[in-house]
Amino acid sequence: MANVSITRAGIPTAEEILEPAPGAVLRRRIFGNTGLIIGATVLLIIVLVALFADFISPGDPYDQVLSRKLIPPIWHDGAKVTWDHPLGTDALGRDYLTRLFYGARISLFIGFAAMIISGIIGTTLGVMAGYFGGRVDMVVNFILTTRLSLPVVLVALAVVSLIGSSLTVVIWVLGLLIWDRFAVVMRSATQQIRNLEFVSAAQALGCSTPRIILSEIMPNIANHLIVVATLEMAHAILLEAALSFLGLGVQPPEPSWGLMVAEAKGLIFFDAWLIGIPGAAIFILVLAINLLGDGIRDVTAPENRN
Amino acid sequence: MLAYALKRLGIALLVALTVSIITFSMVYLPGDPAMALAPESASQEDIEHIRRVYGFDRPILVQYFDWLVNAVQGDFGHSHYLNEPAANVIFDRLPTTMLLGACAITFALLLSIPLGVLAAIRPNSIIDRIALTIAVVGQAMPTFWFALTMMLWFGITWRLLPITGTASWKNFIMPAVALGYYVTPGVMRLTRAGMLDVLASDYIRTARAKGLRPMRVLFKHALRNAILPVVSLAAVQFGFMLGGSIVIETIFAINGLGFLAWESIQRADLPMMQAIVLVLSVFYIALTLLADLLNAFLDPRIRVS
Repeated sequence: MANVSITRAGIPTAEEILEPAPGAVLRRRIFGNTGLIIGATVLLIIVLVALFADFISPGDPYDQVLSRKLIPPIWHDGAKVTWDHPLGTDALGRDYLTRLFYGARISLFIGFAAMIISGIIGTTLGVMAGYFGGRVDMVVNFILTTRLSLPVVLVALAVVSLIGSSLTVVIWVLGLLIWDRFAVVMRSATQQIRNLEFVSAAQALGCSTPRIILSEIMPNIANHLIVVATLEMAHAILLEAALSFLGLGVQPPEPSWGLMVAEAKGLIFFDAWLIGIPGAAIFILVLAINLLGDGIRDVTAPENRN
Repeated sequence: MLAYALKRLGIALLVALTVSIITFSMVYLPGDPAMALAPESASQEDIEHIRRVYGFDRPILVQYFDWLVNAVQGDFGHSHYLNEPAANVIFDRLPTTMLLGACAITFALLLSIPLGVLAAIRPNSIIDRIALTIAVVGQAMPTFWFALTMMLWFGITWRLLPITGTASWKNFIMPAVALGYYVTPGVMRLTRAGMLDVLASDYIRTARAKGLRPMRVLFKHALRNAILPVVSLAAVQFGFMLGGSIVIETIFAINGLGFLAWESIQRADLPMMQAIVLVLSVFYIALTLLADLLNAFLDPRIRVS
């Protein structure tokens, strides 16, 4: 702590004794950050639901029972309302709660995989630009500007429609398109690190460039990386939902949340809850991930909050 | 200034050229575009016919340069589905999307700049918290769901606003809010951060010490300096919006460029798709170029580095 004043050499002052250990400070910061705790808890619950969807679902996500179609959720009044289908059924008589559970899998998987791909591309470009500077920086900047000038949703839709839609295609298209924030943040983080003493020391010792980047630079920009990774995962989930909503993402009968909203679009006059439930699910998941990301940033680097 | 402007223009042209290559090669993603266009029952002759009609039988470089030279002259190819030059259709639809984008960015700025300023005057106050909550919620809300929810409440339950079409100015309220809402968090955060920065600076202290009225300090001295990065962000976001309006236009049945893009993708209308992506990208490049030049003009420090 900077405000510790040294009065007599060797004898710690009262402030020093009362200063909690670094671990305790970190713990206090984590548990004092309401957003972080809420985000992490909600995300954990959604991940558990996605992992154990097979065991906790009341039904089968693909099972159509046309005699039991469009049952409203339990908070509605009506003769058809039943605890067999707590969130009701869709237009094809599929249990909505089950589809919601399995939909969490799709959102999380696509979001995570696309984030990994874009993270690898963006971090490589950003760290290279930040570390080498000069020509490399110029080239990376050029690639970045080019990528930013392509309209993401439009290009993603066009490419998916040309190649044909599948889970893998959606993941790759999103991953190849949304690496820009990784590159921007990693570049400036690396620029701040590369002229510090320990990097110069490693260079003077004759460490190879890959070694310096991997073991000197990367650990020091890892917290920025985690923050961007959470935000980009949320971004990828939103984009997947939008693509599926427009009919060019995940294809029926898969229970993607965006696709569920699209399937219910025509029923907005009569059964609006069919739109409300999956939309709220996307909103809650993305909100949880964003809260977690903002929380990690506040805890690891509070000076960047504003 | 001139040297900076020329350098910036050169980069913009190079970016546009690269974008044109990407846009052009998009069509070759499926391997053989003629094969991809043809229905599954098509015979070998049908595929050959498609190849000739679209000009896929020529060498690829010839095709690209032909397309590029025509595009520079304002000819973006021919939509075989609509049987019309793509450029005509685009410039037919562009004003609607521009209008929607202008409404959306106006809404976004009217909401986010005052909120950002208020939040910066009293950091950690109730207003700051509310502004932060709006930002966090706004970033998590799927645009299409927000649009549909608004449609449900304002259009169907309370019957306040028309839900589709472009008949009157009322039709633009919900689409503009839905499109603009997504960019408010970014603009608000930037305004807040900029104002916090400026309000802590020496010249603001001097202005206050001189005894200037607080409002005058805030708007004449602080905001004018804090708003600069917001202007360029707004320009960039306007470009993003035109690309993102595809979702909003399909929901509210607004006959603009976004809706045209969605229709063309559904119909596999390749020249149209290429033309729309190219036009939107070039428009975005021009916007960022303008924003950069404006910034360099207003802030001489940028020109030097």
